[in-house]
Amino acid sequence: MKLPIPEQDAASVPAAVSSPARTKGHGERLLVLEAGRTERNYWSDLWSYRELFAILAWRDVAVQYKQTFIGAAWAVIRPLLTMIIFTVVFGTLAKLPSDGQTPYPVLVMAGMLPWFLFSTMLGNASNSLVTNANLIGKVYFPRLIVPVASSMVALVDFTITFLLLLGMMVLFDVLPSWQIVFMPFFILLAVLASLGPALILTALNVKYRDFRFIIPFIVQFGLYVSPVGFSSSVVPDQWRLLYAMNPVVGVIDGFRWCLLGGEAQIYWPGFALSLAVVAGLLWLGIATFRATEKTFADLV
Amino acid sequence: MSSDVVIRAEGLGKKYMIGHQSREPYTSLRDVMAQTARNFARTAGDMFSGKAIIAGDEVEEFWALKDVSFEINRGDVVGIIGRNGAGKSTLLKVLSRITEPSEGRVEIKGRVASLLEVGTGFHPELTGRENIYLNGAILGMTREEIKGKFDEIVDFSGVEKFLDTPVKRYSSGMYVRLAFAVAAHLEPEILIVDEVLAVGDAEFQKRCLGKMKEVVGLGRTVLFVSHNLAAVASLCNSGILLSDGRITRRGSILEVIKQYSAVRAVDATVTFTVDERSPRIAGVRVDPAAAAEGRVVVDVTVLSPHPISTPHVAITLRAPNGVAVWSSSSTAHGIAGKVEASQLTTIRCCGCLPLYASDYSLSVWFGEWPVAYDAKIDCLTFALAGPPVPLGLAPVEVVGHLSSSATWNIC
Repeated sequence: MKLPIPEQDAASVPAAVSSPARTKGHGERLLVLEAGRTERNYWSDLWSYRELFAILAWRDVAVQYKQTFIGAAWAVIRPLLTMIIFTVVFGTLAKLPSDGQTPYPVLVMAGMLPWFLFSTMLGNASNSLVTNANLIGKVYFPRLIVPVASSMVALVDFTITFLLLLGMMVLFDVLPSWQIVFMPFFILLAVLASLGPALILTALNVKYRDFRFIIPFIVQFGLYVSPVGFSSSVVPDQWRLLYAMNPVVGVIDGFRWCLLGGEAQIYWPGFALSLAVVAGLLWLGIATFRATEKTFADLV
Repeated sequence: MSSDVVIRAEGLGKKYMIGHQSREPYTSLRDVMAQTARNFARTAGDMFSGKAIIAGDEVEEFWALKDVSFEINRGDVVGIIGRNGAGKSTLLKVLSRITEPSEGRVEIKGRVASLLEVGTGFHPELTGRENIYLNGAILGMTREEIKGKFDEIVDFSGVEKFLDTPVKRYSSGMYVRLAFAVAAHLEPEILIVDEVLAVGDAEFQKRCLGKMKEVVGLGRTVLFVSHNLAAVASLCNSGILLSDGRITRRGSILEVIKQYSAVRAVDATVTFTVDERSPRIAGVRVDPAAAAEGRVVVDVTVLSPHPISTPHVAITLRAPNGVAVWSSSSTAHGIAGKVEASQLTTIRCCGCLPLYASDYSLSVWFGEWPVAYDAKIDCLTFALAGPPVPLGLAPVEVVGHLSSSATWNIC
């Protein structure tokens, strides 16, 4: 019953003829969907979605301070106030020792830098799948992109806090030494140390929303068990190895070591253990995430 | 896999676990506590074995798709039709990798883009320009591709003036137009589309359908879900009819629509409670078999406390947009016989209408000329089979419902 009234003009006809031939080309991949099947091309797939990753990260950054009154100033005020309180409580009232000659505010700030990165990444990532539920239910892409992209916002705040720290170092006349060349390595370590736990919590949060209540608690608790307001050298020697089980300890010690010149010392056995814990958590995070990834659309 | 099959599904099934609230209310505190404890034990068990938590007292398996097998060739345009809850959207979700099948397997060759919703991922705080890039990336376009088509997209959407305004300030029409404009410029090898034509005004729908036809004309493989049978009929060349998660018909689109209309028309019957003191319509029925063949056979059952020697029954068919397309009355055509007192009488109207396939709603009047005793306006809606709108014309809502042949000559 269909009447052959062509809608396209004559010029488009060659395209209609040639396009099947073009799509038949050798580059065509066979995709198989089956229950419980693990994707073989997972990592190359992830790579091909790098633009989506970039644009989602950019979106979260762009939206971060929209419709706020003082905007990005929040990224300065929050660490600054925390630093003042910690300096007063731990430095002035509790009279805890600093690392060598480092002024206490600088010590606190150098510890807060990775800590805020860790806690912001944890918070952003773990909520990301729930807040992006509309995407998860309507489009396919490797789900790993969402928590990682939204945790990248933390790097913006990190940069601002970092500039703040540099300003304070100038003010307190603290000169970094040659160790500062390792800074990029420690920033990467901080990101990886945050990603592991973040991915575990993200995957769990989709299934069990209990984690929405647990995460703020972890963050609050972690602030005090990690050496943010004090130097990890105040921990008695026999406990230091156990203390290093907290992956943030290694990261914070590393930051202080490379920023505060020769004043802060690294406890190397502990640092090695921290590295191992970071690697273990990262592996566990990715494994957990991948195991549950395919059910996300049914759960969010 | 032969070279021309691009999608092959074998024994596909998708299972959901759903929880119910048990029907009998707990009567005593003891019952409540026992039930709460049981639920707690069950959810704790689920959690520790890594399963999702399901709310409710009883958990039941629900198969949204079961034993679905089909093959789709390169260049096929397949309409997937079925009632709400038949499993259409679940099938599309499985095919577009959003959710994993519970059993069976699917093989797909080529780049798939799925459009299950217009404007997925639009962020209200971002401007129109920013959202074009965001949405494009989400749908799987590269930055280069979007850049290349940016002007075309803006042109198609018609929101040039508001490109740098956050989309939360857009009217809903502008929002949808921009969103569809991005989606319309996707160029995948396989396109999966779910009920996106349901938005926007008639003019916009016409443009959408035109764009879809363009895609089809390029020889791409398209899977298309819609409740708009006219659009399905004019776009697709083959169809899949789903009901209760199973394929009940696979064939040419006209066959499938015909069967769907027949299935749907089964419940094209309404009965009314009658007040026995005055003449009333007791029931209206549309013959499903006839509707599937494009004929209208309406049975109007009436009841009257007194005999009516010249019963007057009139019916009107209305298109989904509210336009009346056909009427007929027993008075105009003459009727033999009369309605006896207090006895259910059925009056039948048979008509053969030159109408395109679409949904029509039926209104019925009953009286004794010139007095109307009862009227049931839009009392039931049924799908009437008919020829599809010819390719090259806009959807039935735009071109009108009348399908009548004409001759064309160059003079």
